[in-house]
Amino acid sequence: MPHISLKAEKIFDLFGLPITNSYITSIIVIGLMFLVFYTYKKQVNRPPGKKSTLFYIIQYVINAIYDFFRPILGDKIDICFPIAASFFLYILLVNWFGLLPGVGSLLIKVGHGEEHHFIPLLRGTTADLNTTIGLGMMSVILSQYFGISTLGIKEYVKKFYNLKNPISFFIGTLEIVSEFSKMLSFGFRLFGNIFAGEVVISVIAFLIPVLATFPFLMLEFFVGFMQAVIFATLTSVFMNMAMSKAH
Amino acid sequence: MDLASVKVISIALTIALGVIFPAMAIGKIGAAALEAIGRNPEAESGVRTTMILAIAFAEAVSIYVLVVALILKFT
Repeated sequence: MPHISLKAEKIFDLFGLPITNSYITSIIVIGLMFLVFYTYKKQVNRPPGKKSTLFYIIQYVINAIYDFFRPILGDKIDICFPIAASFFLYILLVNWFGLLPGVGSLLIKVGHGEEHHFIPLLRGTTADLNTTIGLGMMSVILSQYFGISTLGIKEYVKKFYNLKNPISFFIGTLEIVSEFSKMLSFGFRLFGNIFAGEVVISVIAFLIPVLATFPFLMLEFFVGFMQAVIFATLTSVFMNMAMSKAH
Repeated sequence: MDLASVKVISIALTIALGVIFPAMAIGKIGAAALEAIGRNPEAESGVRTTMILAIAFAEAVSIYVLVVALILKFT
């Protein structure tokens, strides 16, 4: 059996801060995203005809995402679209980066002498529970923040607690618990899908070394896209719910 | 039985029993969505979005099971 580790492994220490292999991957992806969108931003104000092909490709992608989110968010799209689209693009790129050859298969040696062992240099960022729980917490906290900033704190608390009858008081308590379970649910869904995909690919590659992993790689390609869509859609739905008035 | 064999059996049972009900739920959601699209083909895009969301919620349960099985297996 190939060696499979549930948690990301530490490559080195930076002033006492452990740098793991999934962290290195996320830094690479964020750097690439920054470069691409910086190019886009620089060309926005140029006259037509002087823009590069990359500009039009990014424009097409962003338009497609906008058209997808418009029916879900309705009139709140101006506030929520940047967050939802950032979640979508980041998770999509990170998922697909984890499928590239070399990620998970390039090994480096850690430790000295007899105690050394080999660990992968790069690891899919979303195959690390810290990343996915962090993204889930970000999503839930931002939806709370937008809810409070659009409705005001008084209206927002009324969504959870109104003293009309005891049943709604009890349901409000459950709603607060469900806010925390949303974080876990976001985190586990993304982590489970991506990590399970990596396990399946490495196990199939161990059983049948030639060509058999290809259909599973295509499946993971699709799953990575689908999970990004689901994460962004759920984020926008929860934001929409948090910003609409209690009834 | 020793501890190792109990562990193997429990991993297999976790995943085998745990995915039964999410699978049934996803089947029901898909059937209901197909029925809705068949009755009202213009509403396809809206129905599809809602269906994917509902499937994501149902699938989350099976993913919890998978995470538990993976934790049992690899720790």
